[in-house]
Amino acid sequence: MTERVPQAPGSSQGKDVRSLWPRIEPLLARVTKPARYIGGELHAASPVHEPGRVAWLLLYPDTYEIGLPNQGLQILYEILNERDDALAERAYAPWLDLEALMRASGLPLFSLESHLPASRFDVLAFNLSAELTVTNVLNMVDLAEVPMRAADRTCEHPLVVVGGHCAFNPEPMADFVDAFVMGDGEEVVGELNQVIGDWLRSGRPSRGDLLKELAMVRGVYVPSLYEPRYEGGRLVGVEPVVPGTPERVEKRTVADLDAWPYPRHQLVPLVEVVHDRLNVEVFRGCTRGCRFCQAGMITRPVRERSEREVSRMVREGLAASGYDEVALTSLSTADFSGVEPVIEGVLDSAAGCPGAPPVSVSLPSLRVDAFTVGLASQIQRAKRTGLTFAPEGGTWRMRRVINKLIREEDLYAALDAAFSQGWRRVKLYFLVGLPTETDEDVLAIADLSKRCVEIGRRYHQNVTVVVSVGGFVPKPHTPFQWFGQDTGAEIRRKVILLREACRGARGISLRWHDPDASVAEGIVSRGDRRVGAVIEHVWRHGGTFQEWSEHFDLGLWQAALDACGLSLHDLVHREREEDEVLPWDHISAGLHRDFLWQDWQDAQAEEAVTDCRWTPCYDCGACTDGGLEHVVASPVPPAGGSQGTGQDIGDARVPASLVRGPR
Amino acid sequence: MKIRFRYSKLGKVRWTSQRDVARMWERALRRAGLPVAYSQGFSPRPLLSFGLALPTGCESLGEYVDVATTQPLDVAGLGDCISTLLPAGVDVQAVAGLPDGSASLQQAVTSCVWQLDVCAGSTEELRRQVAGVLSAGSLPIERERKGRVELDDLRPAIVRLQVVGSDQLAGQEFSTLLAEVLTQPRGVRPPELCSVLGAELWLARRTHHWIEHDGRRSEPLPIDAPQVRRWKDAS
Ligand code: SF4
Repeated sequence: MTERVPQAPGSSQGKDVRSLWPRIEPLLARVTKPARYIGGELHAASPVHEPGRVAWLLLYPDTYEIGLPNQGLQILYEILNERDDALAERAYAPWLDLEALMRASGLPLFSLESHLPASRFDVLAFNLSAELTVTNVLNMVDLAEVPMRAADRTCEHPLVVVGGHCAFNPEPMADFVDAFVMGDGEEVVGELNQVIGDWLRSGRPSRGDLLKELAMVRGVYVPSLYEPRYEGGRLVGVEPVVPGTPERVEKRTVADLDAWPYPRHQLVPLVEVVHDRLNVEVFRGCTRGCRFCQAGMITRPVRERSEREVSRMVREGLAASGYDEVALTSLSTADFSGVEPVIEGVLDSAAGCPGAPPVSVSLPSLRVDAFTVGLASQIQRAKRTGLTFAPEGGTWRMRRVINKLIREEDLYAALDAAFSQGWRRVKLYFLVGLPTETDEDVLAIADLSKRCVEIGRRYHQNVTVVVSVGGFVPKPHTPFQWFGQDTGAEIRRKVILLREACRGARGISLRWHDPDASVAEGIVSRGDRRVGAVIEHVWRHGGTFQEWSEHFDLGLWQAALDACGLSLHDLVHREREEDEVLPWDHISAGLHRDFLWQDWQDAQAEEAVTDCRWTPCYDCGACTDGGLEHVVASPVPPAGGSQGTGQDIGDARVPASLVRGPR
Repeated sequence: MKIRFRYSKLGKVRWTSQRDVARMWERALRRAGLPVAYSQGFSPRPLLSFGLALPTGCESLGEYVDVATTQPLDVAGLGDCISTLLPAGVDVQAVAGLPDGSASLQQAVTSCVWQLDVCAGSTEELRRQVAGVLSAGSLPIERERKGRVELDDLRPAIVRLQVVGSDQLAGQEFSTLLAEVLTQPRGVRPPELCSVLGAELWLARRTHHWIEHDGRRSEPLPIDAPQVRRWKDAS
């Protein structure tokens, strides 16, 4: 990889406010997928830049195809553009071919709507959803011609703000980011806009004052106002250095999703992107309590959107977008109280054109049980594309440890239902490298998968069970935050073990995620502020697009650690102690530390906990401290499986009765 | 019933691919609530058929698409309606119902006309190149087909080629060429034409499709097809 030559940071004085399009267009004939850079999507805004409006550039640090569908970014985009004191445009990471041309011709990062230079905006707000995209954040800041380190920015430079799940451990990116925002963005974005707008209107006095003001907004963490303290190479605290700054930053939670029916006008891209369909979020949060799942932990409590509101968003969204597919999104959509009536409604309503085939519905996160398969068979048209289930662990013991309470009977009933209703291809997700895992647990994945193939062969000659295996990376604010992650070599050994066990087994197709990528993800996931220098080193040595296997290189990360005098063992593979200060202890995702610690002890004792939507509260903190409660319409757990609902499912054969018959 | 639309593709949207254009049309037709016919089978698709694909990066003043509907429709006002639902730069210009049994665009169209802005030293130099191409007996070019490089002769496909203008842009002289090329058995791509002329292509814009039948030339839409006036900003 080549050494990256940083763009010269420009001062924003005398900023170029003209569109860069005449300089961009000649480059487009020389790059792949040029339409990524033209904007012009249906429902894109055409913002007017004028004094009195805070100009936000919302960025996603990966390609257009990956970033465009991001719902968090689209929600903020609309909310900001509806305000009369704000405007928002978007930018995604330019692919390597365009980046090289941009650097060669001194063309800075540009927005998609007006093709204006990124440095011309008041705020650069990144959505950080995947750890390995951190180097792309640095690259985009650099391409924007904004100083990389927050400390080097002046009043004339944009603020660099980061939100999204990775913000919950802000320390690795602390040196580069002016402010992090924790939790739901719908409400806090307006508060930020107010503070920034006031500052701009008062003639941009000191940047330090602005940062202090921002730090007083609930949910906002300004890392330059906090200092990590180390003793003997060990972190002993991250504490405010300015009096009055909150010691702990609490996440923001929107209590009523119905009050925020965004995106109202989902962007419809001109080119194909991932999840290219209407996406309607049916609830936020999850209390199934899977111990490895950061998304579930940090988004508690469960807040459902009302069935009426979901139906309206689906109906109007389809009509306005021209899409013929809608995804009902959440962390476990079969749990949504209104799932059946909503699906019925979509299927009954005519598609856009009379005579057109029905709109298809997808449920991106399927629970493992027969009820779910019933739903799936109801919504998938004649074409059976494939179903995905995530048992995550190979044995019941393992699944108790991770609190993914799927019994074997649940899985087999789900597969039986799926195969009997015409599916021939099923995908199963598993994790290896889980706490307390033995080789027996790993090998059980092979047995389970073989059994699934057998079930399928009762119905079809040829079935495929795709077994997808990922290396577990412990995440902050989960009970596994103390766990020492498996080494790359250990994960690789387990994958090979599994591969041997599946060798020659008909119908099983084993796939695995690069164990090295899990190691690098681990560095960022639980790193402290010292990891910032590692990220910068990786970026300087050409390490962008690290989420892309063809560009990922663990060697770069290892070299960066060596250069910074840090050890992989200490950051990734070492088990943390109970009284050890964790780098994110000053950030609150609503969960009590002692709840997490108890859950970690329970995990190691193979003790499971049930879902607090339908069983008594464990006082994890998410509701109790925030004055919130679950917003769930159904008073009873969903039918069709045990999965952590506390129900006894002695007879696991739940009829998958929702089938409408083949279409 | 089959309905034929003529539409433009101008400005930024020229960077989208033919596939992207197909999806834009499918969505626009769905939003319009038109009774589009769908294919049978496992994954039904709306029955749209485009003529010769327009390469990514090229503009066009006149592309065509045939849409099959499940019932007869009055096409009056239809062009305007669809136009507002298509992206900036894609505008419907004319629309007409097709008689039963009409040949598909792929079968019917025999040639198309390109307007090419190129940079080739001086206009004089380019004129000499054009004369050379027109007087050549054959113009061998290499083409990739299914991963294999084959030798083709470009000359028989060139019906007309002339320099029609020149101008200065950013201190550089560029020339405008008009080229009519056959579309059967396969089309000629603007960069291929430019390579035999030793010219650098700046912008290719398709202006016409022609159907030649028994010595008579016509365009894929009858002259009296309802013309649509509305143009969106295609900056
Ligand atoms: S506070 Fe209680 S009810 Fe709320 S999410 Fe935590 S355990 Fe569940």
